[in-house]
Amino acid sequence: MSASAPTLAEIREIPLSERGPAPRNVVVSFGFWLFLLSDIVIFAAMFAAFAVLSHETAGGPSGDDLFDRNRVLLETAILLASSFTCGLMSLAVEQRRLSLVIVWGLVTFLLGATFVGMELSEFHGMIMNGAGPDRSAFLSAFFTLVGTHGLHVTAGLFWLLVMFAQVLTLGFRPMVLRRLRCFSLFWHALDIVWIGVFTIVYLGAH
Amino acid sequence: MLGKLSWAAIPFDQPIPMIASLMVMLTISAVLVLVTWKGWWHYLWSEWITSVDHKRIGVMYVLLALVMLVRGFIDAIMMRSQLALAAGGAQGYLPPEHYNQIFSAHGTIMIFFVAMTFMVGLMNFVVPLQLGIRDVAFPVLNSVSFWLTAAGVLLVNMSLVIGEFARTGWLVYPPLSELAYSPGVGVDYYLWALQISGVGTLLSGINLTTTILKLRAPGMGYMKMPIFCWTALASNLLIVAAFPILTATFAMLLLDRYLGFHFFTNEAGGNAMMYINLIWAWGHPEVYILILPAFGVFSEVIATFSGKPLFGYRSMVIATMAICVLSFMVWLHHFFTMGAGADINGFFGIMTMIIAVPTGVKVFNWLFTLYGGRLRFDAPVYWALGFMVTFVVGGMTGVLLAIPPADFVLHNSLFLVAHFHNVIIGGVLFGAFAGYTFWFPKAFGFKLDERIGKAIFWCWFIGFYLAFMPLYMLGLMGATRRMQHYDVAGWQPLMLVALLGAIIILAGIVLTGVQLVVSIRTREQRRDLTGDPWDGRTLEWSTSSPPPAWNFAILPSVSGIDAHWEAKANHKSSVQDGPDPKSIAVPRNSPIGFVLAFFAVITGFALIWHIWWMAIAGLMGVLMTVLAHAWRVEDEVEYPVGGEMPRAVI
Amino acid sequence: MAEPIETTEDQEAGAPREPAGNWQGYLVGLVFAVILTLASFWAAGTGLIWGPGVPILLAVLAIAQMGVHLVFFLHISSAPDSLNNILALAFGVFVVALVVFGSMIIMANLNANMMSMPELMNMQR
Repeated sequence: MSASAPTLAEIREIPLSERGPAPRNVVVSFGFWLFLLSDIVIFAAMFAAFAVLSHETAGGPSGDDLFDRNRVLLETAILLASSFTCGLMSLAVEQRRLSLVIVWGLVTFLLGATFVGMELSEFHGMIMNGAGPDRSAFLSAFFTLVGTHGLHVTAGLFWLLVMFAQVLTLGFRPMVLRRLRCFSLFWHALDIVWIGVFTIVYLGAH
Repeated sequence: MLGKLSWAAIPFDQPIPMIASLMVMLTISAVLVLVTWKGWWHYLWSEWITSVDHKRIGVMYVLLALVMLVRGFIDAIMMRSQLALAAGGAQGYLPPEHYNQIFSAHGTIMIFFVAMTFMVGLMNFVVPLQLGIRDVAFPVLNSVSFWLTAAGVLLVNMSLVIGEFARTGWLVYPPLSELAYSPGVGVDYYLWALQISGVGTLLSGINLTTTILKLRAPGMGYMKMPIFCWTALASNLLIVAAFPILTATFAMLLLDRYLGFHFFTNEAGGNAMMYINLIWAWGHPEVYILILPAFGVFSEVIATFSGKPLFGYRSMVIATMAICVLSFMVWLHHFFTMGAGADINGFFGIMTMIIAVPTGVKVFNWLFTLYGGRLRFDAPVYWALGFMVTFVVGGMTGVLLAIPPADFVLHNSLFLVAHFHNVIIGGVLFGAFAGYTFWFPKAFGFKLDERIGKAIFWCWFIGFYLAFMPLYMLGLMGATRRMQHYDVAGWQPLMLVALLGAIIILAGIVLTGVQLVVSIRTREQRRDLTGDPWDGRTLEWSTSSPPPAWNFAILPSVSGIDAHWEAKANHKSSVQDGPDPKSIAVPRNSPIGFVLAFFAVITGFALIWHIWWMAIAGLMGVLMTVLAHAWRVEDEVEYPVGGEMPRAVI
Repeated sequence: MAEPIETTEDQEAGAPREPAGNWQGYLVGLVFAVILTLASFWAAGTGLIWGPGVPILLAVLAIAQMGVHLVFFLHISSAPDSLNNILALAFGVFVVALVVFGSMIIMANLNANMMSMPELMNMQR
């Protein structure tokens, strides 16, 4: 057994599962990945409830009556764009370019905030028109599913603001980098959930 | 100002909760006075409450479980004594509104705060040691998980003093649990307590899964991991995948109750069966979350005390992961009678029978491990042998219930109650005690008293059979669960036998306390000086008892299964040669687990009683705490090696 | 001998860096995602596709777009260090499918066999 550390070539011969504890950023990213999976299961339960209750309109309005596909297309475009700009922000983070991180981060924030604003206005309109979540089981399921996604986006926006503060006060230290990577995992995952939402909830209503 | 809260919330007119609350508060006060008088606050705060060490957290989980076992068991004794009395026209001593809270609390506490907590505690303590590493993946999160569980415990127990508990059974089915039929705070106590502790459990699942998959000693590939770590992996994967269903379903019920939604109501299109479907989609994986770590304990115990490697390691791994996957495919068997057609019932009935197969593989592997070995009859082995008999009986009654036509007769009868107690007591509880006895010396540096340990086993074993075999018979005779009284006087003798069984178990529980006191008093006679009191096989036995804070000064290098046994056989230490480092970085303690739990209790209590300003304040507290922690930059502390003696806890 | 791979230290110290994406990758992902989104909205609104086939087409398009996100934005790959992530994802997808489709099948079966709630409530009067 040699007294010096092994070379990279020697390390690569050992299967990954036997190399000992993984580096911290791999551990954190994987843990967050598992958290995202658990979050997806929450959405699955809500999708299931929505699917089962989607016709229980109790004499009230149905999705067909309420949904405006053009607005949903715009919301989808905005969220997708924010995923793209989040990706650009991640690249800037890897390159440690603070000004680009702030710029793309702010664009991501604005796009996300617009998305949430549009959703809030949609909900407000529906409630004002007597199509609130207490009107029928279908509407309960709709508001919960879409609202939970919107809450996640809102939490993400708040998290993004905190990350701005962290980068500006603590710099690109490993802890901050790990959190930024987790944020982008989160943001992309929310867009994946949205694909399910707009397909099943909005396009599925006919 | 204080929402629904008023002095009327305290049940001054009910003697039993008042006396119980008084006794609890006196006990807590006595403990607080003792700690203050002895000057232990600093020690408790810095060594336990703010500890992020998996060993400390594991011990706290087990302690919490044991305390809750007492609480849950008092509920059980009350139920048994009520039923022993309330035969024919008699009404017993517990009115129905009270009785209903008792069986609901009993189930909730036993499943969520005894069984789950005990298993999570054992896994927390043992897994990093068995993997040959220093701590779990996220030590601070580990502390948060524990304290959030404790917050849930506090809320459920507060309902005894302030307000009431749910009267709906331990899964709070709607429509009974909807606001229209449960307008009080009981269901809200249940829901918020479990949402809070559920967050803790989920985070713990993420923590341990990440630890097992990403942090193992060098050389420890997957097929060289101890079998307990495999069962822990399967259990924690199930936690990650199943607990969110519980969270979402409870959230929907909360939305119904608080904001007038219609998921499960009788009006406006709600569907109560949807709740039952979703809750059991969680509920079935939950029981496998409970039993898999127990299976792991028995694998370790049987191999160690037979002096042989576990038979069929590979098939055990495959069986474990098969159970993990199959556990998601059987959930409808909990509601065969609720309207599904024969095709669906048949599918789930068959799947339920299939899932018994991998468990059978495990039983045979344990038998083959025992065969040809020289079994040492220490206390953990008693639990293991008792488990093998008892769990198989319980499993077989489960297969009986898996046949839909049989279940139509037996659903919600005492037969069902006997079945699940059979597998949970025979499986989870016996596993908990086996693990407790087995790993106690590792945690505290001395063994528990053996004689009392065996007496405890016999109390549980004999008590269990006396308490629950009559229930099988009663169920076949038509007795249903959750009865406050019954008309058939002929059932009373069997109820009396069941009460006798419960009393014998009570003796076992009392003896557990006695065992602790006696063992501590006479600990010098049973000191574990080598770190390996049982001639163990896995890496935890290569550390001192108790291990130092960092577990391993140098991470061991592993080349096979049962790394410690192999190292002993080769007459060398399993730890790699080389000079100890001068100091080791160890995760720094953090108060945020405790602080978050504090704010969680405030928020939960406020939401239960509709004190909205307090709820917002509590949430703000949570937010501030998280933000404060986000700016913590020093997360490790350097411990000097060599100068530091492993500190005995007691 | 010290541990061969850093344990609690970060990768910054010089061990292999995880491959970062590049902006072209994100752009390609964006373009695919846009195409699939527009296709979905078109498919749902047009009369050109046979009715019963529309939901299946939408599902295919949605799954494809989720795949695009996973590959181009989340950098899921077949690299050995991604294996745990893929297995975990597969397990998650399995659970999601069971919960969603299992619930739909079971609830449809129950609803077909059981009296509807309005009828039940009427019986109580």
